[in-house]
Amino acid sequence: MTYEAGSYDVIVVGAGHAGVEAGLASARLGAKTLMITINLDMVAFMPCNPSVGGPAKGIVVREIDALGGEMGKNIDKTHIQMRMLNTGKGPAVRALRAQADKFTYQHEMKKTLENEPNLTLIQGMVERLIVEDGECRGVVTQTGAVYHSKAVVITTGTFLRGEIILGELKYSSGPNNQQPSIKLSEHLQELGFDLVRFKTGTPPRVNSHSIDYSKTEIQPGDDVPRAFSYETTKYITDQLPCWLTYTNEETHTLIDNNLHRSPMYSGMIKGTGPRYCPSIEDKVVRFNDKPRHQIFLEPEGRNTQEVYVQGLSTSLPEDVQQKILRTIPGLENVQMMRAGYAIEYDSIVPTQLWPTLETKKVKNLYTAGQINGTSGYEEAAGQGLMAGMNAGLKSLDKEEVILSRSDAYIGVLIDDLVTKGTNEPYRLLTSRAEYRLLLRHDNADLRLTELGRKVGLISEERYEKFLLKKQAIEEEKARLQGIIIKPSSDVQEMIKSQGGSELKDGIRASDLLKRPEMTYEHIQQVVPAESTLDEDVTEQVEIQIKYEGYIEKSLQQVERLKKMENKKIPENIDYDDINGLASEARQKLKEVRPLSLAQASRISGVNPADISILLVYLEQGRIARVSAE
Amino acid sequence: MEFDTIAAISTPMGEGAIAIVRLSGDQAFEIADRLFRGVGGKRLKDVASHTIHYGHIMDPKTGQIAEEVMVSAMKGPKTFTKEDVIEINCHGGLVSVNRVLQLLLNNGARLAEPGEFTKRAFLNGRIDLSQAEAVMDLIRAKTDRAMNMALGQMEGRLSKLIQKLRQEILEILAHVEVNIDYPEYDDVEEMTHHMLMEKASYVKKEIEKLLQTSQQGKILREGLSTVIVGRPNVGKSSLLNSLVHENKAIVTDIPGTTRDVIEEYVNVRGVPLRLVDTAGIRETEDIVERIGVEKSRQVLKEADLILLVLNYSDELTSEDENIFKAVEGMDVIVIVNKTDLDQKIDMSRVRELSKHHKLVTTSLLEDQGVDDLEEAIASLFFAGSIEAGDMTYVSNTRHIALLNQAQNAIDEAMQGVEMGTPIDIVQIDLTRTWELLGEIIGDSVHESLIDQLFSQFCLGK
Repeated sequence: MTYEAGSYDVIVVGAGHAGVEAGLASARLGAKTLMITINLDMVAFMPCNPSVGGPAKGIVVREIDALGGEMGKNIDKTHIQMRMLNTGKGPAVRALRAQADKFTYQHEMKKTLENEPNLTLIQGMVERLIVEDGECRGVVTQTGAVYHSKAVVITTGTFLRGEIILGELKYSSGPNNQQPSIKLSEHLQELGFDLVRFKTGTPPRVNSHSIDYSKTEIQPGDDVPRAFSYETTKYITDQLPCWLTYTNEETHTLIDNNLHRSPMYSGMIKGTGPRYCPSIEDKVVRFNDKPRHQIFLEPEGRNTQEVYVQGLSTSLPEDVQQKILRTIPGLENVQMMRAGYAIEYDSIVPTQLWPTLETKKVKNLYTAGQINGTSGYEEAAGQGLMAGMNAGLKSLDKEEVILSRSDAYIGVLIDDLVTKGTNEPYRLLTSRAEYRLLLRHDNADLRLTELGRKVGLISEERYEKFLLKKQAIEEEKARLQGIIIKPSSDVQEMIKSQGGSELKDGIRASDLLKRPEMTYEHIQQVVPAESTLDEDVTEQVEIQIKYEGYIEKSLQQVERLKKMENKKIPENIDYDDINGLASEARQKLKEVRPLSLAQASRISGVNPADISILLVYLEQGRIARVSAE
Repeated sequence: MEFDTIAAISTPMGEGAIAIVRLSGDQAFEIADRLFRGVGGKRLKDVASHTIHYGHIMDPKTGQIAEEVMVSAMKGPKTFTKEDVIEINCHGGLVSVNRVLQLLLNNGARLAEPGEFTKRAFLNGRIDLSQAEAVMDLIRAKTDRAMNMALGQMEGRLSKLIQKLRQEILEILAHVEVNIDYPEYDDVEEMTHHMLMEKASYVKKEIEKLLQTSQQGKILREGLSTVIVGRPNVGKSSLLNSLVHENKAIVTDIPGTTRDVIEEYVNVRGVPLRLVDTAGIRETEDIVERIGVEKSRQVLKEADLILLVLNYSDELTSEDENIFKAVEGMDVIVIVNKTDLDQKIDMSRVRELSKHHKLVTTSLLEDQGVDDLEEAIASLFFAGSIEAGDMTYVSNTRHIALLNQAQNAIDEAMQGVEMGTPIDIVQIDLTRTWELLGEIIGDSVHESLIDQLFSQFCLGK
């Protein structure tokens, strides 16, 4: 039996990190939105490590914030410690990482969803989509509720036909023993989607009382208050530390001796796991020359004794996990509260998506997060935001948004997925971005606020503040470019004290700042600004001036590619009609159906000759149309 | 990249009175202006379209004049490709036109693919629609041929060398990436400026070595340009005749060239010599005497090899000393001729003057010492890592251009290190080096960095 349960602009299936961003974005830009999740107690749950951010990922969180998303704000309210990473390196790779209180993170997020005026949050399991004339028009739940909508976003994470593997034990389950979603997976296959089987894993959790922290090294948060969101004004100062310890020969021998009981090596696990987060058994086997591996002990929250054992992801049997833990300094008497496990799940081959994250097979159907073959909360949230934004925009008959590779890490992520696909769970790495000097964590607002406002996700108040900041940056840059610093004794003294070589002549303040040993502070000492500027302004001034040459080089690269980006390929192009394409290229082009010549050129197997031929074909069409008029 | 500014030699390969390098694209004028020095500092961007201008092409790196040229400046759309077009008319001969092309490629132009000017003409609506298919066939056929050639090269030593070099760079890149993406992993040593400099210097040296072989490659195609110098009556003509007769000379008299140069090609133990300006030598006209030390240095600089002839039976004169001064720092073989006569020359002074050169004694009249001379020529050419039997060298213009660009990129990386620029920013230039080398062997897949990352380091939660 089914019943009519309501009608919405957008329905979001799932309320994990992708789902919450999708639901909020859609609702906030004016689409009446419904979110359906299997378990309301698990909204924005962190089934694996209790942390947000880090290299590349932290920049994604900033980008989400600049586009009006929630992840940054939520973690700012609920972390137990925060650190800026890579401070000794260049500005392009600095990134924030926070340890989350995973429980308050969930509660805060749920509160935000519940209080969002245009958003309805309910519990239920979606089993089928309503697809008519190749368009998705709603969903049907396990209980027979039929919800109609103009667009649907699926964010099912690892729930699709999830299976947990723990030693010799294997059972059907979502993450953390949640109900898996089996029928929806089958339904997607019926609709003609190609699915692949991926695998990921998580380490055991232990009781803090049973840890001897004196045998470990403390890893405190930063002394300086930090925040992801550009809107955060209240900082958490009371932080909890993490702790560092190591595996040893004994640990490794124990693992070696129990490999026959590992589902990884017995052939029980068939899904492809991510190389960047191998299990401890994988590390020991593949890098057997390493005498030790790092283990980070991370509290899962302020009101729990559970501690996440980072570095020990495993699917070995429970009894072996217990023994492994106890070989580690500080954990000799540890009490394991939950065992680690591996989970296999279905995800869809992401080349079946347009860069808007809409599926090519079914119109108005979007997918985001782990279902698209990614891994990581931030990757999921970034996609969720874009899918929700686009579903919302489409339901309101507005133009959809595609971020380019030079706009944002989120653009890199989505372009990689839909253009190249992935044969393992995809994680963002800074090396995936060819313009990482442009995609810094410090300038996410400068890159994306404008767009966030355009789609209606940034408030006027925030936008005003943003414009003021932008103006302050430009004015201060202009000031420093206009002032000549004379080689007075004060100036020489200041330069010498920093180990620099003395001035021979007057020098532009901006040129002096370009010297490696100089910072904005130093310049400020000799030619003070009229009023003290905000730190986020002076930071921009310093970075933009100091790395001007390199930034300029990157911008030129972007500019060179622009023409290729602007060469659009019509959706209805018939690749079989083009003579001269190599057969591999033809097949790949038919599969990916790139929207621009630049995207086509990024497909592996499509070589420059094919691009030339494609271009000629496109131009031919253009010329033919012109002459026909 | 589809919309770059492209350049290529547009006249047929081989000797002609003039040779033309064509440049087409948005940046044609900008790139040409980086190299062109017109009369009175004239900039091509300021001249009227479809006009021709006299001037010089300068190497902006060294500030030296590379070629005397006439440049046609044509703004689009009234050009062959409908884009901005610059045509540089050079003196005939492969050497000069190639040098101009290389300078363009080092300064922002990309070497045109086969048929690419035609393709652009088509894309910009210059060529009739009915020719579209033909253009596509052309692109396919020519690109396939080029690819086959590239594949052929990939089998060779060149590709092995480049792959090895790329692997070196890849390991550095992976190391830097790991430091960035996994900042807390203490298993991995932090890459320092010092380490980076060491590795970068190694890469630079290897690229330079390859570029040196490119010189040899060029020489193998075009001959080692060789000039015989010496006072009158020291035996220059005999030397020429001796080399020519011993080695089955090919005497070419190229008609229609402006300069009426007769060049003789001889093959000395596998080294092709192109004896330049031999006409002058036949008339026993002495180049140094005629135009003075400074000026003759300029002329001699064009040469790959100098054969400096002295008279054993005469005392050293100030003219001889001047010649030595003029050839300082070049590849020189000093030949003390006429050992059949009584010695008047001060051999200890000759040895002192020749301390950076090879020295042989001959009696060309009695056919003595010619073997030694040939040995000296051969050993000079084959010095270094290149062996006579295994001629893997870089000869392709595209490859040379890419190697030059790779060299520039690694130079910039090293400058960055010296400046104390953060390593992850220096890496931009290092990555560029890696990509450019990859283009040579047709492999620029970015994914391999990530593969390297995970095979080299142990990472994870």
